[in-house]
Amino acid sequence: MKSFEFFEPTTLAEASRLFAAEHAQLLAGGTDLVIGMKALTETPQSVISLQKIPGLAGITTEADNSISIGAMTKVREVELSADILQHHTALAEGAAEIGSIQIRNLATVGGNIAHASPAADTVAGLLVADAQVHIASADGERTVPINELFTGPGQTVLTPGEIITRFRLPSPASGSHYIKHKIREVMDLAFIGVAAAINMDNGTITEARIGLAAVAPTPIRATEAEELLKGNALTPALLEQASEAAAAASSPISDLRCSAEHRREMVDVLTRRTLEQASERAGG
Amino acid sequence: MAKLPVSLTINGDEHDLLIEPRKTLLAVLRDTIGLTGTKEGCSTGDCGACTVIVDGKAVTSCMVLGITASGKEITTIEGLAGDGELHPVQQAFIETGGYQCGFCTPGFIMASKALIDENPDRTEEEFRHALGGNICRCTGYTKILEAVLKAAEEIRTTT
Repeated sequence: MKSFEFFEPTTLAEASRLFAAEHAQLLAGGTDLVIGMKALTETPQSVISLQKIPGLAGITTEADNSISIGAMTKVREVELSADILQHHTALAEGAAEIGSIQIRNLATVGGNIAHASPAADTVAGLLVADAQVHIASADGERTVPINELFTGPGQTVLTPGEIITRFRLPSPASGSHYIKHKIREVMDLAFIGVAAAINMDNGTITEARIGLAAVAPTPIRATEAEELLKGNALTPALLEQASEAAAAASSPISDLRCSAEHRREMVDVLTRRTLEQASERAGG
Repeated sequence: MAKLPVSLTINGDEHDLLIEPRKTLLAVLRDTIGLTGTKEGCSTGDCGACTVIVDGKAVTSCMVLGITASGKEITTIEGLAGDGELHPVQQAFIETGGYQCGFCTPGFIMASKALIDENPDRTEEEFRHALGGNICRCTGYTKILEAVLKAAEEIRTTT
């Protein structure tokens, strides 16, 4: 690991100022950054730890039933949170898929998102929760919907000095589910991640969200499939139609782990399965 | 790079040290303090050999910068036994033969201890899944799992 200057600011303003400098990296849980620095794929001149800044960790339920997850909240806490499990099951299921317990005790949800891997396991759950990403900088605060955060693999709309502070999940879905397509039970990266969240009223889908990970340069929402579902009952024919639309929305690559054709086919299959499970949970 | 002051509580003892920020907690434990019970396996977080307990949570110490552990309570394999008596998890590993070459053993024992502290009522399947971040290259998993279940049983019935 190359040497770097280490900072442990106690305010967001100070962290933002330091992070705006050239060759600066933020340190949250360290599970990506420390490994990257050892491999010399990351060679920052300054490392800014966020752990001494108060108020960045923890899960709170607001009066309007929205849930706020601090960016420095450990992935393991998201996985075990009763509120997340109940209202945003897909996110809790995604969190539980990351690495091992030892890694989830270190990794943060903010880090998982800011790293901007298209295969991040918390991203599909946050997409179907319609999460709002709260971002702070020296210029103040702004909010970006999570489906507008990513611009490419490892790339986001964040500008130098901007720091993700929390995720606000506005309204609980009545049923959601996440499936990770993988080979190993644990300690594996997603070939594909699919999440679905559904609200139902008397057998009719009133709201449907589908989030896809690892099948495009960024995580995406399958909006055409969502539109097909809204206002209808989840018949086998509609399920098939929506799953095919989700597969059509993907633009996967072929790599050592999986071919593009297989990925696209599996988006179809897994969208069907997640929708079935989510609608069951929604009471459909 | 200048060394920075860090204060670590390791197995109940306070250590005030000067360390380079790029040193991992694993390197501080092994090279600076001399506690070599914690092992370096893959050093990429995949094998679990470096597992220690920080503020009650099992973590892979190869992924932690030592400087960020300042003020935290760290327990390593050397801190488990008390008053000449082995911890029930250590005892169970001996009784079942839950080790072969022994290199992964400290990591498995620390991960298992944290799991049992959190919930000793896990099923065999749940323990197996929860220990997925620990690798035994001798593949001695059957006896390791026996040891963990035996220790959980022992701790359940005595507390």
